[in-house]
Amino acid sequence: MAKREAKYIVEKTQTPPVWARTAIPLLALIGTFIITSGLILWSNANPFEAYYYFLFAPFSSRVSTLEVLVKGTPLILCGIAVTFAFSAGYYNIGAEGQLYAGAIAAAWLGVALTGLPTILHLTIMLLGGFLFGVAWALIPALLKVKLAVDEVVTTLLLNSVMLYIVSALLNGPWRDPESGWPQSPEIAPSAMLPKLVPRSRLHFGFILAILFVLLLWFLRSRTGFGLKMRAVGMSKPAARFAGVNIERTVLISALVSGGIAGIAGVVEVAGIQFHLIDALSPGYGYTGIIIATLGGLHPIGVAVAALFFGLIDTGAQTVSRALGVPVYLGEITQATMLLVTLGMLLLQNYRIRRA
Amino acid sequence: MASIVEMRDIVKRFEDVTANDHVNFELREGEIHALLGENGAGKTTLMRILYGLYRADSGEIRVAGDLASIHSPKDAIQRGIGMVTQHFALVPPLTVTENVVLGYTDGFVLQRAAMEERVGAAAKKFGMEIDPTAVVRHLSVGEKQRVEILKALYRDAKVLILDEPTAVLIPQEVDALFETLEKLKEGGLSVIFISHKLDEVMTISDRVTVLRDGSNIDTVLTSETTPPQLATMMVGRETFGVTRQKETEKGEAALTIRDLCADDDQGLPALKHVNLTIRCGEILGIAGVGGNGQKELAETLSGIRKPTSGEILVDDEDISGATPAECTRAGVGRIPEDRHAGVVGELTVAENLALEHLHEFIHRSTLDRQAIQENAERLIEAFQIKAKPTDKVRTLSGGNMQKVLLARVLAREPGILLAPQPTRGLDVGATEYVRTQLLKQRERGAGVLLISEDLDEILALSDRIAVIYEGVIVGELAAEEADLERLGLMMSGAVKERV
Amino acid sequence: MDNILVDLTAAMLRIATPILLAAIGETYAERAGILNLGIEGTLFFGAFVGFYVADVTGSLWIGLLVAIISGLLSGLLMALLSVTLGVNQHVSGLGITLLMTGLALFGFRLQYGGRTTPPSIEAFPQLSPFGDLPVFGTIFEQYLLTYLTFFVVVPLAWWLLYRTSFGLNIRAAGENPEAVDAAGVNVFRTRYIALIIGGGLMAAGGAFLSLAQLGAFTHGIVSGRGWVAIAIVIFGNWDPLRVMAGALIFGGTFALQLRLQAMGLQLPVPYETFLALPYVVTIIALVIAGRNASYPAALLKPYKRE
Repeated sequence: MAKREAKYIVEKTQTPPVWARTAIPLLALIGTFIITSGLILWSNANPFEAYYYFLFAPFSSRVSTLEVLVKGTPLILCGIAVTFAFSAGYYNIGAEGQLYAGAIAAAWLGVALTGLPTILHLTIMLLGGFLFGVAWALIPALLKVKLAVDEVVTTLLLNSVMLYIVSALLNGPWRDPESGWPQSPEIAPSAMLPKLVPRSRLHFGFILAILFVLLLWFLRSRTGFGLKMRAVGMSKPAARFAGVNIERTVLISALVSGGIAGIAGVVEVAGIQFHLIDALSPGYGYTGIIIATLGGLHPIGVAVAALFFGLIDTGAQTVSRALGVPVYLGEITQATMLLVTLGMLLLQNYRIRRA
Repeated sequence: MASIVEMRDIVKRFEDVTANDHVNFELREGEIHALLGENGAGKTTLMRILYGLYRADSGEIRVAGDLASIHSPKDAIQRGIGMVTQHFALVPPLTVTENVVLGYTDGFVLQRAAMEERVGAAAKKFGMEIDPTAVVRHLSVGEKQRVEILKALYRDAKVLILDEPTAVLIPQEVDALFETLEKLKEGGLSVIFISHKLDEVMTISDRVTVLRDGSNIDTVLTSETTPPQLATMMVGRETFGVTRQKETEKGEAALTIRDLCADDDQGLPALKHVNLTIRCGEILGIAGVGGNGQKELAETLSGIRKPTSGEILVDDEDISGATPAECTRAGVGRIPEDRHAGVVGELTVAENLALEHLHEFIHRSTLDRQAIQENAERLIEAFQIKAKPTDKVRTLSGGNMQKVLLARVLAREPGILLAPQPTRGLDVGATEYVRTQLLKQRERGAGVLLISEDLDEILALSDRIAVIYEGVIVGELAAEEADLERLGLMMSGAVKERV
Repeated sequence: MDNILVDLTAAMLRIATPILLAAIGETYAERAGILNLGIEGTLFFGAFVGFYVADVTGSLWIGLLVAIISGLLSGLLMALLSVTLGVNQHVSGLGITLLMTGLALFGFRLQYGGRTTPPSIEAFPQLSPFGDLPVFGTIFEQYLLTYLTFFVVVPLAWWLLYRTSFGLNIRAAGENPEAVDAAGVNVFRTRYIALIIGGGLMAAGGAFLSLAQLGAFTHGIVSGRGWVAIAIVIFGNWDPLRVMAGALIFGGTFALQLRLQAMGLQLPVPYETFLALPYVVTIIALVIAGRNASYPAALLKPYKRE
């Protein structure tokens, strides 16, 4: 019996259809909506209502709109931090640990230094946080550049080590003498980030986040280093041939990435918590990786993705309060959005054709 | 002797290149049959068709007299045909036995002892010394190759195709291989031996088929031919014309290579005491079949590979071991051998053009985008690149990519130009353009090093020709003195003369 | 009345079990060439699903079974993303961890929200084949699942990997997928199966935590054990038996620092040092082995058939 010829062929295309770039995020959102509807229904809520609360309600009040920005701040910083490294082809999975490193610096300098004007105090803290982040990123970066040890595992494992360091500090020498809780003493008032809008949670850290977005944008498109970094991330052999110093470029990218993640840690301590606590970051470092990917490693895209995630985080709380849908819908939506988008981005490289 | 494989009237085209042009090939039972030819002659293509990796556009294949439709290696293996390529398909941490039985086991459970015995027996049957329990990672290259052969034998191959098997072997291993092949022949196997090396062909084969430019030139008994005859068949051309118009002043040495030694990626010596001088206003063509050290030569001169010893002198400054940036600064204009690994596909034409000399576009520590754009526009016009400055380079055709790489280098008017395989894979128009550019540079007074596997190109452009074989410069002559027989002999290792 | 060493050994085995299961699962995935960072989420989700289903159906074994199924699906999803679609492995793995963690917490909040004390069920009983015997009695007083893990899962995993054609395909696929392809074996299918099996084992490890060790489900039930498992896989050189040794070392270290804390001992170094040790040692091991590590050569490189 003769074999039947396939009617359709799935094949790879060189240039994805133009409409894909803009349509995909939208399609992904719709797809995510459909997928998460099941969960919303399980919570005895109406999916459309839920998504209203999710995406639109946060903008209905001043408080929650600002909250989107507050939640977005560490996400923007971590997203930018990760983008820095990923752009150069260095897969920094350790932003979480680097964030805490910066937080340690903030908690320390925020308490140890007193009697300084706020501007000076904050500048020192930010610098300290940056340097601590760099320090924590240094070992995996050197191992990669000098010994070709894969950075994914080393940065990942150091996250856990950092968490233990924080735990040791908080349960030991830094345990708050007043309350006895595992939290560091409150930082001095001069160490706290000023509020942007009075009586809200929105603090100067947001401005810093935007500054770093602009910084990355500037670096990327207006400096020689930015071009070299991208070249290295896209094609090491070609960059090498053109005379780019690969080792130096990767090393700098990796370290700056750690530094910016450290800044995220400072910002959370000096702007929101005012102490160092175990639960300072609900995984911002990891979410940063997701945001960087969704943002296409482009600073504007990363900022948008981060704010979108901030919206989802805020919206999830709104939905939870209004409809009783567990707040974790937020994480689920973020994760689904990521996976659906990634899937679609890759599917756009294939097309179906008649045989 | 009966024919065990017959390929009749095979035609295979790749876009506008005819790799096999109505080729006939016959393998007799129990013989070692060499397939001789330069790069691009069609030898590998023909054998890949036999092994099912390619499909012929037309023609037929008969195995042991029966018509065979071979659509995949699995079909070929079923018909008793095995192939050993230059890149081994081995899994280093596994044992010899595990590698041999991979994908060819019966049953879910591996009967270790039984398998090892069977593999050991198969090896012994053909007189090969292999320890079935040895871990492949620890084997020498020659031993690894024998494992590859064993894989075919284990699957009851009656025909064995070897594609340039000695390319990766040291001389002692070559002898061992030949011994093995003799034993295989005695065991009833028929072998096809693809090669460009005359001495080996003369030593091991019973018959030789010479391919050239996709056609079968002739098939002769090895015992009835001579190396010069084979060489002429291999490179014979109807006409070859030196198409240069002007004679130029040959100046002093632009680049001198002294006693250069370098290893390849496997750590084996690829360049052995190479001595060359490139003079200003001259094109020195390095001829040779691919895989004889050309890649490593280009890489050491480009700063991509560190030589193990020797000097590369530019203006009395030794740049051996220098970084690519330092080489460029020394005035060496470099083009990469593989253009796809030489351009950053996702960046724009303008960015690629600026990448090598970024410091020239930095104005007050920021990138002067305007200057980069203008530079790109200028170069696009000057070099007739069919693209806009903002196009991503990966969307360009091969020819235009090559122009981008050329433009980047030539815009700086380097004193030395390295051009390895500059027209490989390009269409006629682009090839013409690139060759014209090389001649222009020569007129300008630069010293050009042209490395090419295309003998036509070498002959058309070079003032002097050096032939590289197994990492050694086996001969150097002025273009006027170059005759095909000598070149052919040098390229296939039959003559090792040195000035 | 046993001494602290015996006590410690018993605790070591118990604590090592879930990590060992997850690590064996990850070993299979990585041997086939995929780094599965979805391990943390799969563990967590397995813990929740196992608990929830057991609570609802009243049967611990059904809970375990459903947990394993959820793990199989998690592995399938990872395979779909990283093998078929070729998505960057770290991102797809972390995405899956985020997704499954969120799903577990969502379900937990929905079903058990608002309670002040964590819900608990009657956990798996421990077996005591040696009764009240000194030393042996204590050490061998373990859950059935622990017995299964050490005496069935690990040897089976080893045997499958080294003594079957299936295991051979996996080992080859993680080193040189081109060679596997050339040999006529389907690389994609091999990786799919390895990931699916791996996912099932990871979820089983999670279910052990909620159904045996704790008899309850809490937010912090996994807290990083997935990452420990990844460290152990490397530490154990991707070999099931050595991974087992690594899991025991971790279990022992963890049990030790717990005991020391309970005894209120003041040490010159904080307890966390012991906990951080496995990670640091693993990093050092990576550095020493360097390029020559038995790192599956094709790990993290998606295989594309041109």
